[in-house]
Amino acid sequence: MSTTLTTENDATQYDEAPENTEQGARERRERRLSWLMPIIMLSAAVGYWEWAIWYFEVPPYLIPAPSVIGKTLITDGPSLMVSAWFTVKLTLLSLLLAIIGGVILGALFALSRTVEMSLFPFAVILQVTPVVAIAPLILIYVHSTFAALLICAWIVAFFPILSGTVVGLRSADHNLRDLFTLYRATPLQRLRFLLAPSALPQFMSALKVAGGLALIGAVVAEFVAGAAGQNTGLASRIIESSFRSEIPRMFAALVLVSLLGIAIFLATSWASRRVLGHWHESELRREH
Amino acid sequence: MTAPIITMDRVTRRFGEQILAVDNMTMDIKEGEFISFLGPSGCGKSTALKMIAGLLPVSAGTIEIADETDASEQDLAFVFQEPTLMPWATVFANVYLPLRLAGVKRAEAEPRVMAILAEVGLTKFAKSYPRALSGGMKMRVSIARALVTKPRILLMDEPFAALDEMTRSKLNNDVVRLAKDNGLTVIFVTHSVFEAVYLSTRIIVMAARPGRVAADISLDAAWPRNDDWRTTAEFAVQAQSVSETLQETLHVDDLDH
Repeated sequence: MSTTLTTENDATQYDEAPENTEQGARERRERRLSWLMPIIMLSAAVGYWEWAIWYFEVPPYLIPAPSVIGKTLITDGPSLMVSAWFTVKLTLLSLLLAIIGGVILGALFALSRTVEMSLFPFAVILQVTPVVAIAPLILIYVHSTFAALLICAWIVAFFPILSGTVVGLRSADHNLRDLFTLYRATPLQRLRFLLAPSALPQFMSALKVAGGLALIGAVVAEFVAGAAGQNTGLASRIIESSFRSEIPRMFAALVLVSLLGIAIFLATSWASRRVLGHWHESELRREH
Repeated sequence: MTAPIITMDRVTRRFGEQILAVDNMTMDIKEGEFISFLGPSGCGKSTALKMIAGLLPVSAGTIEIADETDASEQDLAFVFQEPTLMPWATVFANVYLPLRLAGVKRAEAEPRVMAILAEVGLTKFAKSYPRALSGGMKMRVSIARALVTKPRILLMDEPFAALDEMTRSKLNNDVVRLAKDNGLTVIFVTHSVFEAVYLSTRIIVMAARPGRVAADISLDAAWPRNDDWRTTAEFAVQAQSVSETLQETLHVDDLDH
Protein backbone atom coordinates (compact mmCIF):
# COMPACT_ATOMS: atom_id res chain seq x y z
CA MET A 1 0.00 0.00 0.00
CA SER A 2 2.11 2.85 -1.17
CA THR A 3 0.11 5.68 -2.63
CA THR A 4 -2.11 8.15 -0.88
CA LEU A 5 -5.03 8.35 -3.21
CA THR A 6 -7.33 10.83 -1.61
CA THR A 7 -6.04 13.59 0.57
CA GLU A 8 -7.95 14.76 3.61
CA ASN A 9 -8.56 18.06 1.86
CA ASP A 10 -10.13 16.16 -0.99
CA ALA A 11 -12.17 14.18 1.46
CA THR A 12 -13.54 17.23 3.19
CA GLN A 13 -14.08 18.98 -0.12
CA TYR A 14 -16.55 16.36 -1.22
CA ASP A 15 -17.74 14.94 2.07
CA GLU A 16 -18.09 17.44 4.83
CA ALA A 17 -18.78 16.21 8.33
CA PRO A 18 -21.47 18.13 10.20
CA GLU A 19 -20.10 21.06 12.24
CA ASN A 20 -21.15 21.53 15.86
CA THR A 21 -21.01 25.26 16.47
CA GLU A 22 -24.48 26.82 16.82
CA GLN A 23 -25.85 23.40 17.52
CA GLY A 24 -23.90 23.21 20.81
CA ALA A 25 -25.57 26.35 22.15
CA ARG A 26 -28.98 25.08 21.08
CA GLU A 27 -28.35 21.74 22.80
CA ARG A 28 -27.31 23.47 26.03
CA ARG A 29 -30.47 25.57 25.95
CA GLU A 30 -32.62 22.50 25.35
CA ARG A 31 -30.88 20.63 28.15
CA ARG A 32 -31.57 23.51 30.58
CA LEU A 33 -35.21 23.62 29.53
CA SER A 34 -35.56 19.86 29.91
CA TRP A 35 -35.14 20.11 33.70
CA LEU A 36 -36.33 23.67 34.21
CA MET A 37 -39.77 23.24 32.63
CA PRO A 38 -40.81 20.17 34.67
CA ILE A 39 -39.65 21.91 37.88
CA ILE A 40 -41.64 25.05 37.07
CA MET A 41 -44.78 23.09 36.16
CA LEU A 42 -44.54 20.83 39.24
CA SER A 43 -43.99 23.83 41.50
CA ALA A 44 -47.02 25.54 39.96
CA ALA A 45 -49.17 22.44 40.48
CA VAL A 46 -48.07 22.04 44.12
CA GLY A 47 -48.61 25.77 44.71
CA TYR A 48 -52.14 25.57 43.29
CA TRP A 49 -52.82 22.49 45.44
CA GLU A 50 -51.68 24.36 48.58
CA TRP A 51 -53.75 27.41 47.67
CA ALA A 52 -56.89 25.35 46.83
CA ILE A 53 -56.77 23.48 50.17
CA TRP A 54 -56.49 26.79 52.02
CA TYR A 55 -59.08 28.57 49.88
CA PHE A 56 -61.73 25.82 49.98
CA GLU A 57 -60.86 24.92 53.57
CA VAL A 58 -60.51 21.21 52.83
CA PRO A 59 -59.81 19.29 56.05
CA PRO A 60 -56.48 17.35 56.14
CA TYR A 61 -58.26 14.00 56.76
CA LEU A 62 -59.78 14.37 53.26
CA ILE A 63 -56.89 15.88 51.28
CA PRO A 64 -53.83 17.19 53.12
CA ALA A 65 -52.01 20.26 51.84
CA PRO A 66 -48.48 19.78 50.48
CA SER A 67 -47.13 21.64 53.52
CA VAL A 68 -48.82 19.13 55.84
CA ILE A 69 -47.40 16.24 53.83
CA GLY A 70 -43.98 17.89 54.08
CA LYS A 71 -44.30 18.21 57.86
CA THR A 72 -45.35 14.54 58.09
CA LEU A 73 -42.33 13.57 56.02
CA ILE A 74 -40.15 15.30 58.61
CA THR A 75 -41.92 14.11 61.77
CA ASP A 76 -42.39 10.51 60.56
CA GLY A 77 -39.14 10.61 58.61
CA PRO A 78 -37.17 7.99 60.55
CA SER A 79 -39.85 5.28 60.36
CA LEU A 80 -40.75 6.12 56.75
CA MET A 81 -37.09 6.05 55.72
CA VAL A 82 -36.68 2.56 57.17
CA SER A 83 -39.65 1.46 55.09
CA ALA A 84 -38.35 3.31 52.04
CA TRP A 85 -34.97 1.61 52.39
CA PHE A 86 -36.73 -1.78 52.53
CA THR A 87 -38.60 -0.98 49.29
CA VAL A 88 -35.42 0.34 47.65
CA LYS A 89 -33.54 -2.87 48.51
CA LEU A 90 -36.41 -5.00 47.29
CA THR A 91 -36.78 -3.08 44.03
CA LEU A 92 -33.10 -2.86 43.15
CA LEU A 93 -32.34 -6.45 44.08
CA SER A 94 -35.28 -7.74 42.04
CA LEU A 95 -34.17 -5.57 39.10
CA LEU A 96 -30.60 -6.86 39.38
CA LEU A 97 -31.80 -10.47 39.45
CA ALA A 98 -34.15 -9.76 36.52
CA ILE A 99 -31.21 -8.38 34.53
CA ILE A 100 -28.99 -11.36 35.34
CA GLY A 101 -31.72 -13.94 34.66
CA GLY A 102 -33.14 -12.13 31.62
CA VAL A 103 -29.76 -11.65 29.96
CA ILE A 104 -28.57 -15.22 30.56
CA LEU A 105 -31.85 -16.78 29.44
CA GLY A 106 -32.16 -14.29 26.56
CA ALA A 107 -28.68 -15.22 25.33
CA LEU A 108 -29.59 -18.92 25.52
CA PHE A 109 -32.83 -18.24 23.60
CA ALA A 110 -30.96 -16.29 20.95
CA LEU A 111 -28.31 -19.00 20.56
CA SER A 112 -30.68 -21.98 20.51
CA ARG A 113 -34.18 -22.19 19.05
CA THR A 114 -34.65 -25.49 20.87
CA VAL A 115 -34.01 -23.88 24.27
CA GLU A 116 -36.35 -21.04 23.34
CA MET A 117 -39.13 -23.36 22.21
CA SER A 118 -38.74 -25.41 25.42
CA LEU A 119 -38.61 -22.58 27.94
CA PHE A 120 -40.53 -19.73 26.34
CA PRO A 121 -43.96 -21.02 27.48
CA PHE A 122 -42.81 -20.82 31.11
CA ALA A 123 -41.69 -17.24 30.63
CA VAL A 124 -45.02 -16.34 29.04
CA ILE A 125 -47.02 -18.03 31.84
CA LEU A 126 -45.05 -16.05 34.43
CA GLN A 127 -45.64 -12.86 32.48
CA VAL A 128 -49.37 -13.20 31.83
CA THR A 129 -50.40 -14.45 35.27
CA PRO A 130 -51.08 -11.40 37.49
CA VAL A 131 -48.54 -11.15 40.28
CA VAL A 132 -51.39 -10.36 42.71
CA ALA A 133 -52.73 -13.85 42.03
CA ILE A 134 -49.36 -15.59 42.46
CA ALA A 135 -48.13 -13.60 45.48
CA PRO A 136 -50.30 -15.30 48.16
CA LEU A 137 -49.08 -18.71 47.01
CA ILE A 138 -45.46 -17.60 47.05
CA LEU A 139 -45.93 -16.15 50.55
CA ILE A 140 -47.23 -19.52 51.71
CA TYR A 141 -44.44 -21.59 50.12
CA VAL A 142 -41.46 -19.31 50.78
CA HIS A 143 -40.54 -18.97 54.44
CA SER A 144 -38.69 -15.64 54.24
CA THR A 145 -41.04 -12.72 53.56
CA PHE A 146 -38.27 -10.72 51.91
CA ALA A 147 -37.45 -13.63 49.59
CA ALA A 148 -41.14 -14.06 48.73
CA LEU A 149 -41.49 -10.37 47.90
CA LEU A 150 -38.29 -10.52 45.90
CA ILE A 151 -39.64 -13.39 43.80
CA CYS A 152 -42.87 -11.45 43.11
CA ALA A 153 -41.03 -8.32 42.03
CA TRP A 154 -38.57 -10.39 39.96
CA ILE A 155 -41.41 -12.11 38.07
CA VAL A 156 -42.78 -8.73 36.99
CA ALA A 157 -39.42 -7.21 36.00
CA PHE A 158 -37.92 -10.28 34.36
CA PHE A 159 -39.97 -10.60 31.18
CA PRO A 160 -39.17 -7.23 29.57
CA ILE A 161 -35.46 -7.86 30.06
CA LEU A 162 -35.75 -11.34 28.57
CA SER A 163 -37.79 -10.13 25.63
CA GLY A 164 -35.55 -7.11 24.97
CA THR A 165 -32.39 -9.20 25.14
CA VAL A 166 -33.71 -11.84 22.74
CA VAL A 167 -34.94 -9.30 20.19
CA GLY A 168 -31.75 -7.28 20.57
CA LEU A 169 -29.40 -10.19 20.09
CA ARG A 170 -31.29 -11.18 16.96
CA SER A 171 -31.32 -7.69 15.47
CA ALA A 172 -27.67 -7.56 14.44
CA ASP A 173 -27.17 -6.37 10.86
CA HIS A 174 -27.04 -9.33 8.47
CA ASN A 175 -24.15 -7.93 6.46
CA LEU A 176 -22.16 -7.46 9.67
CA ARG A 177 -22.95 -11.05 10.56
CA ASP A 178 -21.58 -12.07 7.16
CA LEU A 179 -18.50 -9.95 7.76
CA PHE A 180 -17.84 -11.71 11.06
CA THR A 181 -18.26 -15.05 9.28
CA LEU A 182 -15.80 -13.97 6.58
CA TYR A 183 -13.24 -13.03 9.22
CA ARG A 184 -13.79 -16.33 11.02
CA ALA A 185 -14.88 -14.75 14.30
CA THR A 186 -15.25 -17.13 17.24
CA PRO A 187 -18.68 -17.33 18.91
CA LEU A 188 -17.32 -15.31 21.84
CA GLN A 189 -15.95 -12.60 19.53
CA ARG A 190 -19.27 -12.51 17.70
CA LEU A 191 -21.13 -12.09 20.99
CA ARG A 192 -18.75 -9.45 22.36
CA PHE A 193 -18.13 -7.32 19.31
CA LEU A 194 -21.39 -7.71 17.36
CA LEU A 195 -24.37 -9.24 19.12
CA ALA A 196 -24.04 -7.52 22.51
CA PRO A 197 -23.58 -3.99 21.11
CA SER A 198 -26.40 -4.59 18.61
CA ALA A 199 -28.67 -5.66 21.48
CA LEU A 200 -27.99 -2.57 23.59
CA PRO A 201 -30.81 -0.35 22.22
CA GLN A 202 -33.48 -2.97 22.89
CA PHE A 203 -31.88 -3.91 26.20
CA MET A 204 -31.76 -0.33 27.45
CA SER A 205 -35.37 0.18 26.41
CA ALA A 206 -36.32 -2.99 28.31
CA LEU A 207 -34.34 -1.80 31.33
CA LYS A 208 -36.37 1.41 31.50
CA VAL A 209 -39.60 -0.61 31.50
CA ALA A 210 -38.27 -3.23 33.93
CA GLY A 211 -37.08 -0.56 36.38
CA GLY A 212 -40.61 0.78 36.75
CA LEU A 213 -42.10 -2.70 36.83
CA ALA A 214 -39.70 -3.85 39.56
CA LEU A 215 -41.04 -1.06 41.79
CA ILE A 216 -44.64 -1.89 40.88
CA GLY A 217 -43.95 -5.57 41.59
CA ALA A 218 -42.36 -4.72 44.93
CA VAL A 219 -45.26 -2.48 45.97
CA VAL A 220 -47.94 -4.93 44.85
CA ALA A 221 -46.21 -7.80 46.63
CA GLU A 222 -45.89 -5.65 49.77
CA PHE A 223 -49.60 -4.91 49.60
CA VAL A 224 -50.43 -8.60 49.47
CA ALA A 225 -48.00 -9.49 52.23
CA GLY A 226 -48.67 -6.28 54.16
CA ALA A 227 -52.29 -7.31 54.66
CA ALA A 228 -50.89 -10.08 56.85
CA GLY A 229 -48.72 -7.54 58.69
CA GLN A 230 -45.50 -9.27 57.84
CA ASN A 231 -43.23 -6.58 56.38
CA THR A 232 -42.06 -3.03 56.66
CA GLY A 233 -42.06 -1.61 53.12
CA LEU A 234 -43.61 1.67 51.99
CA ALA A 235 -46.72 -0.09 50.68
CA SER A 236 -47.30 -1.55 54.13
CA ARG A 237 -46.98 1.95 55.61
CA ILE A 238 -49.69 3.11 53.21
CA ILE A 239 -52.04 0.29 54.22
CA GLU A 240 -51.27 0.76 57.91
CA SER A 241 -51.96 4.52 57.65
CA SER A 242 -55.16 3.78 55.79
CA PHE A 243 -56.38 1.57 58.64
CA ARG A 244 -55.60 4.40 61.08
CA SER A 245 -57.02 7.13 58.81
CA GLU A 246 -53.65 8.89 58.85
CA ILE A 247 -54.16 10.49 55.44
CA PRO A 248 -51.11 12.83 55.54
CA ARG A 249 -48.91 9.83 56.36
CA MET A 250 -50.45 7.91 53.45
CA PHE A 251 -49.61 10.78 51.14
CA ALA A 252 -46.11 11.03 52.60
CA ALA A 253 -45.46 7.35 51.88
CA LEU A 254 -46.95 7.78 48.43
CA VAL A 255 -44.61 10.70 47.74
CA LEU A 256 -41.65 8.52 48.69
CA VAL A 257 -42.84 5.74 46.36
CA SER A 258 -43.18 8.28 43.55
CA LEU A 259 -39.76 9.74 44.26
CA LEU A 260 -38.28 6.24 44.15
CA GLY A 261 -39.99 5.60 40.80
CA ILE A 262 -38.70 8.90 39.43
CA ALA A 263 -35.19 8.11 40.66
CA ILE A 264 -35.27 4.74 38.91
CA PHE A 265 -36.57 6.33 35.72
CA LEU A 266 -33.88 9.02 35.79
CA ALA A 267 -31.15 6.46 36.53
CA THR A 268 -32.18 4.13 33.69
CA SER A 269 -32.63 7.07 31.30
CA TRP A 270 -29.16 8.35 32.23
CA ALA A 271 -27.68 4.89 31.71
CA SER A 272 -29.39 4.67 28.31
CA ARG A 273 -27.98 8.06 27.26
CA ARG A 274 -24.50 7.07 28.44
CA VAL A 275 -24.56 3.81 26.53
CA LEU A 276 -26.39 4.88 23.35
CA GLY A 277 -25.98 8.66 23.27
CA HIS A 278 -23.02 8.71 20.90
CA TRP A 279 -24.43 6.43 18.23
CA HIS A 280 -28.06 5.29 18.44
CA GLU A 281 -30.97 7.19 16.93
CA SER A 282 -33.13 6.79 20.03
CA GLU A 283 -30.74 8.88 22.14
CA LEU A 284 -29.30 11.21 19.50
CA ARG A 285 -30.41 14.81 19.44
CA ARG A 286 -31.74 15.78 16.06
CA GLU A 287 -29.89 18.47 14.18
CA HIS A 288 -32.21 21.26 13.09
CA MET B 1 -1.74 -12.32 -15.03
CA THR B 2 -0.92 -16.00 -15.04
CA ALA B 3 -2.46 -18.87 -13.07
CA PRO B 4 -6.12 -18.66 -12.04
CA ILE B 5 -6.60 -17.38 -8.52
CA ILE B 6 -10.30 -18.38 -8.56
CA THR B 7 -11.71 -21.30 -10.54
CA MET B 8 -15.48 -21.70 -10.80
CA ASP B 9 -16.60 -24.99 -12.27
CA ARG B 10 -20.29 -25.49 -13.15
CA VAL B 11 -21.34 -23.55 -10.06
CA THR B 12 -25.07 -23.64 -9.43
CA ARG B 13 -27.14 -22.14 -6.68
CA ARG B 14 -30.79 -22.85 -6.02
CA PHE B 15 -33.12 -21.17 -3.51
CA GLY B 16 -35.80 -23.77 -2.82
CA GLU B 17 -37.22 -25.80 -5.67
CA GLN B 18 -38.34 -22.94 -7.88
CA ILE B 19 -35.53 -20.39 -8.02
CA LEU B 20 -32.36 -21.11 -9.92
CA ALA B 21 -30.28 -18.09 -8.94
CA VAL B 22 -27.04 -19.16 -10.65
CA ASP B 23 -26.86 -21.88 -13.28
CA ASN B 24 -23.72 -23.67 -14.37
CA MET B 25 -21.30 -20.76 -13.96
CA THR B 26 -17.83 -21.71 -15.16
CA MET B 27 -14.86 -19.36 -15.35
CA ASP B 28 -11.24 -18.80 -14.39
CA ILE B 29 -10.24 -15.55 -12.76
CA LYS B 30 -6.57 -14.69 -13.00
CA GLU B 31 -4.47 -12.91 -10.42
CA GLY B 32 -4.54 -9.14 -10.84
CA GLU B 33 -7.68 -9.05 -12.97
CA PHE B 34 -10.34 -6.41 -12.29
CA ILE B 35 -13.56 -8.16 -13.20
CA SER B 36 -17.05 -6.69 -13.21
CA PHE B 37 -20.15 -8.84 -12.94
CA LEU B 38 -22.62 -6.78 -14.93
CA GLY B 39 -26.30 -7.51 -15.31
CA PRO B 40 -29.87 -6.62 -14.42
CA SER B 41 -31.39 -7.15 -10.97
CA GLY B 42 -31.98 -10.80 -10.19
CA CYS B 43 -29.31 -12.18 -12.54
CA GLY B 44 -27.41 -13.80 -9.67
CA LYS B 45 -24.35 -11.57 -9.68
CA SER B 46 -24.48 -10.87 -5.93
CA THR B 47 -25.26 -14.53 -5.26
CA ALA B 48 -22.19 -15.55 -7.28
CA LEU B 49 -20.07 -13.07 -5.31
CA LYS B 50 -21.32 -14.40 -1.97
CA MET B 51 -20.58 -17.96 -3.06
CA ILE B 52 -17.01 -16.97 -3.92
CA ALA B 53 -16.74 -15.35 -0.47
CA GLY B 54 -18.01 -18.55 1.14
CA LEU B 55 -21.00 -16.72 2.59
CA LEU B 56 -23.42 -18.87 0.59
CA PRO B 57 -22.95 -22.58 -0.10
CA VAL B 58 -23.05 -23.79 -3.69
CA SER B 59 -25.87 -26.17 -4.63
CA ALA B 60 -23.65 -27.89 -7.22
CA GLY B 61 -20.23 -27.39 -8.75
CA THR B 62 -17.02 -26.17 -7.14
CA ILE B 63 -15.22 -22.92 -6.40
CA GLU B 64 -11.49 -23.18 -5.85
CA ILE B 65 -9.29 -20.40 -4.56
CA ALA B 66 -5.53 -20.77 -5.06
CA ASP B 67 -3.45 -21.28 -1.90
CA GLU B 68 -2.83 -18.31 0.32
CA THR B 69 0.48 -16.56 0.19
CA ASP B 70 2.35 -15.98 3.46
CA ALA B 71 1.97 -12.23 3.23
CA SER B 72 -1.77 -12.47 3.22
CA GLU B 73 -3.54 -12.78 6.58
CA GLN B 74 -6.94 -12.90 4.95
CA ASP B 75 -7.46 -14.18 1.45
CA LEU B 76 -10.74 -12.45 0.79
CA ALA B 77 -12.20 -9.12 1.69
CA PHE B 78 -15.77 -8.05 1.02
CA VAL B 79 -17.28 -4.61 0.53
CA PHE B 80 -21.06 -4.59 0.76
CA GLN B 81 -23.57 -2.38 -1.03
CA GLU B 82 -24.08 -0.52 2.25
CA PRO B 83 -21.02 0.62 4.20
CA THR B 84 -21.94 -1.96 6.90
CA LEU B 85 -20.11 -0.20 9.69
CA MET B 86 -20.62 -0.78 13.40
CA PRO B 87 -22.42 2.43 14.45
CA TRP B 88 -21.31 2.07 18.08
CA ALA B 89 -17.62 2.01 17.14
CA THR B 90 -15.30 4.77 15.95
CA VAL B 91 -13.82 4.81 12.45
CA PHE B 92 -10.57 3.47 13.92
CA ALA B 93 -12.36 0.61 15.71
CA ASN B 94 -14.28 -0.28 12.55
CA VAL B 95 -11.12 -0.53 10.47
CA TYR B 96 -9.30 -2.34 13.30
CA LEU B 97 -12.06 -4.98 13.50
CA PRO B 98 -10.61 -7.60 11.08
CA LEU B 99 -7.20 -7.39 12.78
CA ARG B 100 -8.82 -7.55 16.21
CA LEU B 101 -10.71 -10.69 15.21
CA ALA B 102 -7.41 -12.14 13.99
CA GLY B 103 -5.92 -11.54 17.45
CA VAL B 104 -3.67 -8.59 16.53
CA LYS B 105 -3.07 -6.32 19.53
CA ARG B 106 -4.19 -2.72 19.26
CA ALA B 107 -0.67 -1.28 19.65
CA GLU B 108 0.58 -3.50 16.84
CA ALA B 109 -2.42 -2.77 14.63
CA GLU B 110 -2.48 0.99 15.12
CA PRO B 111 0.19 1.92 12.54
CA ARG B 112 -1.47 -0.30 9.95
CA VAL B 113 -4.91 1.09 10.62
CA MET B 114 -3.68 4.67 10.50
CA ALA B 115 -1.74 3.96 7.30
CA ILE B 116 -4.80 2.62 5.51
CA LEU B 117 -6.92 5.49 6.85
CA ALA B 118 -4.33 7.86 5.39
CA GLU B 119 -4.66 6.08 2.05
CA VAL B 120 -8.38 6.73 1.96
CA GLY B 121 -7.98 10.26 3.31
CA LEU B 122 -9.68 9.78 6.67
CA THR B 123 -6.88 10.16 9.23
CA LYS B 124 -8.60 13.15 10.82
CA PHE B 125 -11.77 11.13 11.28
CA ALA B 126 -10.22 8.16 13.12
CA LYS B 127 -12.02 9.06 16.34
CA SER B 128 -15.33 9.97 14.68
CA TYR B 129 -18.39 7.78 14.77
CA PRO B 130 -19.96 6.66 11.47
CA ARG B 131 -23.01 8.90 12.00
CA ALA B 132 -20.75 11.95 11.61
CA LEU B 133 -19.59 10.83 8.15
CA SER B 134 -21.14 11.31 4.73
CA GLY B 135 -22.07 8.34 2.51
CA GLY B 136 -18.84 8.54 0.55
CA MET B 137 -16.70 8.71 3.69
CA LYS B 138 -18.50 5.73 5.19
CA MET B 139 -17.79 3.76 2.03
CA ARG B 140 -14.11 4.72 2.27
CA VAL B 141 -14.05 3.37 5.83
CA SER B 142 -15.59 0.17 4.51
CA ILE B 143 -12.89 -0.08 1.82
CA ALA B 144 -10.16 0.66 4.39
CA ARG B 145 -11.52 -2.11 6.61
CA ALA B 146 -11.45 -4.50 3.67
CA LEU B 147 -7.85 -3.65 2.79
CA VAL B 148 -6.35 -3.51 6.29
CA THR B 149 -5.70 -7.26 6.27
CA LYS B 150 -3.87 -7.01 2.93
CA PRO B 151 -6.15 -9.46 1.12
CA ARG B 152 -5.38 -10.93 -2.31
CA ILE B 153 -8.97 -10.82 -3.50
CA LEU B 154 -11.39 -7.95 -3.04
CA LEU B 155 -15.08 -8.64 -3.61
CA MET B 156 -17.33 -5.59 -4.01
CA ASP B 157 -21.10 -5.86 -4.18
CA GLU B 158 -22.43 -2.70 -5.88
CA PRO B 159 -20.53 -0.60 -3.35
CA PHE B 160 -21.21 2.79 -4.89
CA ALA B 161 -24.78 2.31 -6.09
CA ALA B 162 -26.23 4.66 -3.47
CA LEU B 163 -23.69 7.47 -3.91
CA ASP B 164 -23.89 10.65 -5.94
CA GLU B 165 -22.10 10.76 -9.29
CA MET B 166 -19.18 12.93 -8.16
CA THR B 167 -18.34 10.79 -5.11
CA ARG B 168 -18.86 7.66 -7.14
CA SER B 169 -16.44 8.77 -9.82
CA LYS B 170 -13.83 9.67 -7.21
CA LEU B 171 -14.18 6.35 -5.40
CA ASN B 172 -13.97 4.51 -8.72
CA ASN B 173 -10.53 6.02 -9.26
CA ASP B 174 -9.50 5.26 -5.70
CA VAL B 175 -10.49 1.61 -5.97
CA VAL B 176 -8.72 1.07 -9.29
CA ARG B 177 -5.48 2.59 -8.04
CA LEU B 178 -5.65 0.75 -4.72
CA ALA B 179 -6.16 -2.46 -6.68
CA LYS B 180 -3.16 -1.74 -8.91
CA ASP B 181 -0.83 -0.61 -6.10
CA ASN B 182 -1.64 -3.63 -3.98
CA GLY B 183 -1.82 -6.22 -6.74
CA LEU B 184 -5.41 -7.05 -5.85
CA THR B 185 -7.72 -9.26 -7.82
CA VAL B 186 -11.08 -7.49 -7.76
CA ILE B 187 -14.56 -8.76 -8.54
CA PHE B 188 -16.91 -5.80 -8.74
CA VAL B 189 -20.67 -6.25 -9.02
CA THR B 190 -22.49 -3.45 -10.78
CA HIS B 191 -25.48 -2.75 -12.99
CA SER B 192 -23.84 0.29 -14.56
CA VAL B 193 -22.33 -0.30 -17.99
CA PHE B 194 -20.22 2.88 -17.77
CA GLU B 195 -18.83 1.96 -14.37
CA ALA B 196 -18.01 -1.57 -15.53
CA VAL B 197 -16.26 -0.37 -18.69
CA TYR B 198 -14.26 2.30 -16.86
CA LEU B 199 -13.10 0.05 -14.02
CA SER B 200 -12.56 -3.36 -15.50
CA THR B 201 -10.06 -5.40 -17.41
CA ARG B 202 -12.82 -7.93 -18.04
CA ILE B 203 -16.61 -7.85 -17.87
CA ILE B 204 -18.83 -10.83 -17.22
CA VAL B 205 -22.29 -9.97 -18.55
CA MET B 206 -24.92 -11.98 -16.72
CA ALA B 207 -28.48 -12.80 -17.73
CA ALA B 208 -31.42 -13.51 -15.44
CA ARG B 209 -33.84 -16.41 -14.94
CA PRO B 210 -31.79 -18.45 -14.54
CA GLY B 211 -28.74 -16.41 -13.57
CA ARG B 212 -25.97 -17.31 -15.98
CA VAL B 213 -22.97 -15.96 -17.86
CA ALA B 214 -24.19 -14.37 -21.10
CA ALA B 215 -20.89 -12.93 -22.29
CA ASP B 216 -17.26 -12.74 -21.22
CA ILE B 217 -15.70 -9.54 -22.56
CA SER B 218 -12.00 -8.61 -22.24
CA LEU B 219 -11.24 -4.90 -22.41
CA ASP B 220 -7.94 -4.14 -24.09
CA ALA B 221 -7.66 -0.45 -23.22
CA ALA B 222 -4.71 0.46 -21.01
CA TRP B 223 -5.49 -0.03 -17.32
CA PRO B 224 -5.80 1.76 -14.95
CA ARG B 225 -7.62 4.51 -16.78
CA ASN B 226 -8.09 8.13 -15.80
CA ASP B 227 -11.08 10.43 -15.95
CA ASP B 228 -10.06 11.72 -19.39
CA TRP B 229 -10.64 8.25 -20.81
CA ARG B 230 -14.34 8.61 -20.07
CA THR B 231 -14.56 11.20 -22.86
CA THR B 232 -12.66 9.22 -25.51
CA ALA B 233 -14.17 7.51 -28.53
CA GLU B 234 -12.67 4.23 -27.31
CA PHE B 235 -14.70 4.44 -24.09
CA ALA B 236 -17.86 5.26 -26.02
CA VAL B 237 -17.34 2.33 -28.40
CA GLN B 238 -16.62 -0.10 -25.56
CA ALA B 239 -19.64 1.11 -23.60
CA GLN B 240 -21.84 0.83 -26.69
CA SER B 241 -20.65 -2.70 -27.35
CA VAL B 242 -21.16 -3.86 -23.76
CA SER B 243 -24.51 -2.12 -23.62
CA GLU B 244 -25.68 -3.94 -26.77
CA THR B 245 -24.59 -7.26 -25.31
CA LEU B 246 -26.51 -6.45 -22.15
CA GLN B 247 -29.59 -5.44 -24.17
CA GLU B 248 -29.49 -8.78 -26.00
CA THR B 249 -29.67 -10.62 -22.68
CA LEU B 250 -32.59 -8.41 -21.64
CA HIS B 251 -34.43 -9.23 -24.89
CA VAL B 252 -33.97 -12.93 -24.25
CA ASP B 253 -35.56 -12.63 -20.81
CA ASP B 254 -39.11 -11.57 -20.33
CA LEU B 255 -38.80 -8.71 -17.84
CA ASP B 256 -42.45 -9.02 -16.87
CA HIS B 257 -41.88 -12.40 -15.29
